[in-house]
Amino acid sequence: MTTLKLDQVSKLYRSTSRGGGLTPALRKVSFELKPGEVISLIGESGSGKTTIGKVLLRLVQPTSGTVTFDGKNIASYSGRGLKDYYRQVQGVFQDPFSSYNPVYRADRVYDLVRSSYFPNVSDREWSAKVEQALDAVALNPGDVLGKYPHQLSGGQQQRLLIARALLLDVKVLIADEIISMLDASTRVDVLNLLVKLKRQGLAILFITHDLSLGNYVSDRTIILRHGAIVEMGATQKIFGSPQHDYTKMLLTAVPELHKKWQHKPLSPDVASTNGAATAVASSNGKAATALAQVSLLDEITHTEQVVKRDLRAVFGGGRAVASGKSQVAMALEPPALHEFEPDHLVAEPE
Amino acid sequence: MSVSVDNLSVAYRSRRGDVTAVDSVSFSLADGEIMGLAGESGSGKSTLGNALVYLDTRMRATGGKVTVDGKNLPISDNNAMRHRRMTEVSLVPQYAMSALTPTRKIGKMINDLLRSHHVKDRQAVRTELNRRLELIGLKEDVLDKYSFELSGGMRQRVTIIMSSLLNPSLLVADEVTSALDVSTQRAVGEMLIEFRDRGYIKSGIAITHDLSILAQIADSIAIMYAGRLAERAPTSVIVDNPLHPYTQALLASLPEVGVRHDQVTLTGIPGRPPSLVNPPAGCRFRERCPFAFAKCTETPPFEEIKPGHMVACWKVSQEQAETAGTGLGLPLKEQV
Repeated sequence: MTTLKLDQVSKLYRSTSRGGGLTPALRKVSFELKPGEVISLIGESGSGKTTIGKVLLRLVQPTSGTVTFDGKNIASYSGRGLKDYYRQVQGVFQDPFSSYNPVYRADRVYDLVRSSYFPNVSDREWSAKVEQALDAVALNPGDVLGKYPHQLSGGQQQRLLIARALLLDVKVLIADEIISMLDASTRVDVLNLLVKLKRQGLAILFITHDLSLGNYVSDRTIILRHGAIVEMGATQKIFGSPQHDYTKMLLTAVPELHKKWQHKPLSPDVASTNGAATAVASSNGKAATALAQVSLLDEITHTEQVVKRDLRAVFGGGRAVASGKSQVAMALEPPALHEFEPDHLVAEPE
Repeated sequence: MSVSVDNLSVAYRSRRGDVTAVDSVSFSLADGEIMGLAGESGSGKSTLGNALVYLDTRMRATGGKVTVDGKNLPISDNNAMRHRRMTEVSLVPQYAMSALTPTRKIGKMINDLLRSHHVKDRQAVRTELNRRLELIGLKEDVLDKYSFELSGGMRQRVTIIMSSLLNPSLLVADEVTSALDVSTQRAVGEMLIEFRDRGYIKSGIAITHDLSILAQIADSIAIMYAGRLAERAPTSVIVDNPLHPYTQALLASLPEVGVRHDQVTLTGIPGRPPSLVNPPAGCRFRERCPFAFAKCTETPPFEEIKPGHMVACWKVSQEQAETAGTGLGLPLKEQV
């Protein structure tokens, strides 16, 4: 069993702007990714979803907590061990256009894999392997090999990169927003490809902000907000009976083809400065309109900045002060998760 | 009829000759109508929207006529257009998130805008501005902030407020919801509807590749493919009974909330749109179309199949002609 497991992973980013400041990007996130499983990691911008992907690929070091692969801490890998880790864990990212060097032909990414992982494989064996990988992603070798990136469509580029991961002995694929830049007509092909790979035993972490795409491919879903898990469990359960207010709000905001949003005209009288916020409060947490809800989100962004400022004070201009550590820990503490039903965890409201 | 576009063609100059990104497009907008313009990347939807407001130096109108409120809109004449922008036609540019200059405060930017458009009663506009800011839940102090101090959703809303401040007859909103989170997306969509309902904008064109957003905010939807309009109909008709094979395929490729891979397998559209440098003659979707036949090598006319429903497809026109006697135009899907 090659399980990738996150245990209480936190990440604090230090802001580079003047005065510094620390942003909690991940707050004690724990979950497991098993073979043959697709987990969608859903969150809005700034929720820390990409950071999780980066931590798993060792592009970012967690501030605290551990990531284990097959029971071994991935931070301990180096040299051969690290190379071996990348043989099994690979990532594909949002923007296929910037994943290639435009000066070289697109299939150069394959040559690089060959020179570092398969130096002893013969030409014939290698091209058979490439063809097999391309076949798995439903690409015709004649259409794509020898072409420059700009000659390929976004969908083709993205599938070439997935095929690149397949050349290796990949067990886990970190797919970070891999279809958000593709057109609707090619999006589905990539999604269906993920489903096919999953059936062959690949574990996939599907990072997205699009709930309908996440729902389409995944077995399990994790909803992330401000770096902490708010709801996690079987996809059907999360989408069928969302429990956390945030999940519910996300679901009502998703545009659907056959269901109109309930648009309530804004009343001109309520439009005092605090009107929107009080309207929300008066209906007991239920947002009157989406606009009011967003104003509330603006407020949250503001309180976040306050937290940041406090952290800065605690760290005294960047250096950790021993006595302040407990306060930082407080700011990092995520809302507690409790089990709503089997395989469905919900966080306490924050 | 507040806006009417007649046979508009727009070309980009390139070393390999002119690339006609918008090819003989005609449509009209009623007062109070928000039209959604959808299509794949490179279909010319942004070019069409931009051409109505600002032709930049790479673009050239190669034919056609645009009328707004019964008056001709001289889209090729930049000097004449200066006086028409903001008051008659206005644009919320793509990447509106980065459209605001980082070196000036929002309020200063709005002042500049009013001055350059020679607005006499600036105080009245400013009162109105504050009213609108309140309406959409922004505090007045955003005017004292720089754009980078605002969140993405706030920036997007500020841009829309600026573009619609002088109550234009036509507001072209290019991908205004694309870079936003779902909750903010919804707020911005509802803001457009609200502004239309209140008469701040007379009519609008919402350009996006996301059909499900258009299903929420648009009264009618036009589908564009490789520089031409493929289909145009009221939103409910496009969503429930599309006739053009491209629209049908596009809708079939959209996952909906609640649909999972083990229940329904969605399909994409094989192939890719033709290059617009020397595009093939005839219907441009024919290479990817499962129903293509001999006649498709000729360019299909964009004709009205039913009242308010325009389609450019030979197969649809033929079927329409056949069933014309009985008066039963079955949707294409059910016949095949």
